[in-house]
Amino acid sequence: MKRALFQNRFLPFLLIAPQIAITMIFFYWPAIQALWQSFLLQDAFGLSTTFVWFENYKHLYESAEYYRTIGTTLFFSTIVSFTSLSIALLLAVQADKPLRASGIYRTLLIWPYAVAPAVAGVLWAFMFQPSFGILARGLRELGYDWNPLLNGNHAMTMVVAAAAWKQISYNFLFFLAGLAAIPRSLHEAAAIDGARPFRRFWTIVFPLLSPTTFFLIVVNIVYAFFDTFGIIDAMTGGGPAKATETMVYKVYFDGRLGGDLGGSAAQSVILMIIVIGLTAIQFKYVERKVTY
Amino acid sequence: MAEVKLRDVRKTYTGGIEAVKGVSFDVPDGALCVLVGPSGCGKSTLLRMIAGIETITSGEIRIGERIVNDIEPSERDIAMVFQNYALYPHMSVYDNMAYGLRNRGTPKAEIETRVREAAKMLEIEPYLKRRPRDLSGGQRQRVAMGRAIVRKPAVFLFDEPLSNLDAKLRGQMRVEIKKLQRSLDVTSVYVTHDQLEAMTLADILVVLNLGQIEQIGPPLELYSRPASMFVAGFIGAPAMNFIPVRADGDGLSAEGGGLSGARGFAVPKQGAVLGVRPEHLTLSGIEGGALFDLEVMVVEAVGAETFIYGKLPTGKEVIVRLYDNIPKVGGRITVSAAREHLHLFDSGSGRRI
Repeated sequence: MKRALFQNRFLPFLLIAPQIAITMIFFYWPAIQALWQSFLLQDAFGLSTTFVWFENYKHLYESAEYYRTIGTTLFFSTIVSFTSLSIALLLAVQADKPLRASGIYRTLLIWPYAVAPAVAGVLWAFMFQPSFGILARGLRELGYDWNPLLNGNHAMTMVVAAAAWKQISYNFLFFLAGLAAIPRSLHEAAAIDGARPFRRFWTIVFPLLSPTTFFLIVVNIVYAFFDTFGIIDAMTGGGPAKATETMVYKVYFDGRLGGDLGGSAAQSVILMIIVIGLTAIQFKYVERKVTY
Repeated sequence: MAEVKLRDVRKTYTGGIEAVKGVSFDVPDGALCVLVGPSGCGKSTLLRMIAGIETITSGEIRIGERIVNDIEPSERDIAMVFQNYALYPHMSVYDNMAYGLRNRGTPKAEIETRVREAAKMLEIEPYLKRRPRDLSGGQRQRVAMGRAIVRKPAVFLFDEPLSNLDAKLRGQMRVEIKKLQRSLDVTSVYVTHDQLEAMTLADILVVLNLGQIEQIGPPLELYSRPASMFVAGFIGAPAMNFIPVRADGDGLSAEGGGLSGARGFAVPKQGAVLGVRPEHLTLSGIEGGALFDLEVMVVEAVGAETFIYGKLPTGKEVIVRLYDNIPKVGGRITVSAAREHLHLFDSGSGRRI
């Protein structure tokens, strides 16, 4: 690594101080707070606090409801990642072809990424709103009894659609860059070797995209786990009957609305461990193993 | 086994750039045809059109009896070796070579036999399980050739296959390609910008310039009777010397002097360009030949031969290749060339007179 030279001994520290301060205040401090709180039990009025060791974790371990939330989260993130990745890949493969208006096409596809999750949630909630939403009305006209306010599966479909839609842009960009990195001559060689476009895609293009795909799978899982809070909050509030309650939403629900700070903190710590795990996987494999 | 025939083949890109402006030539069955020219002359475009990975604007390409204009690359019975080899990086050497056969539904046992056979021929048997990234440039080149050979195509297409190799390896592979092509006896079209490769490999040499054919013929014919100044300058190294000349009763003369002899050449009134190769100039006087009086500017000893950079009184540079009696820098020499080694070109069109 190159050693930068500074005349003033304190300048380097001064320059990184804001970043350190932000990290400390917004990341480490809450993390330590959460860890500490997860060992505490508060009474319902917040008047007394007891140190209970792993009581909160034990409670989660024994709670069927928490397992159901884990199940919901895994289902939600798998479907969101898969849907978003497949649509993005399909669009990227199309955009990679020489098109007349490819610039406009690409720009339009990138826009959804700039939409805030809560805004995207409201937007989709409007479209799916049972009485006047455009998509809901369409479904009803097709004779389908659409009601995400009562039907858990409908609600899940709705949040999955919104969450996947928002992530398509990001995935699209990476897939497009990945496709551009595959030399044209490989396509040509495969064409001469008698591989039709469909077979060419699965035997040449898709395997060569695997480093990109792997990276995106990790990013998408992290996104579906954590960044979809705004969408769920705006669209369903975790309902109906907790059908769309993910782990992150439960942290908020139990802590803020349920007043169970200790239990909520314990859940946060579990989520923190998951993030650390996913990041470790990403660093370990994406940076090295799956490259050509 | 097939002939390749091109008839008035053209390529115009969107935007109106004409890359290939009406090219016709035939490659007989089993011959190796080399397309040579400077970059941008349309040689690669032409090869890619034969392969089918570039569309043809107009004209006709035949492989064997079929017109292949609208036939998919995979159906043309061709195999191509790319400049960057275009090996599939995620497949082993074996799979790279087997890929084309698998796509065509060749039986497994047959694939195995053909791949082993080709690997043996190219001496890449020990590397069959490796990935391309674990191979050296020369080995990758062999794999790329192997991939072409196993298919047993009617035509081989080579797109500057040696340009990514270092000089020593390039010489070696050049000889191997020639041997391979001879033993397989497959019609081949080979694109290069290297005149040495072109001369040594070709049965038929096609010199291209600005999307048009300058000359077609056996390499030595192009060397001894170039049809234009472009061909004369492109083929042979160091390049042919060109001197603007006029003619009178005493023979040829150059403006400012320094040239005499060679009577009886029909030179147009407005003058012409005399071409003479460095290797055809000698210190001994040749009867009836052209005589050049030169001032020696630079002496470049390469070992086996020495190149003398001489100067005519006008300042025009003339290169001479000598083996002995090497003159000193600043001295004067008189060199001569035999009549049959003098080429006259029209000073306007550059065509041979």
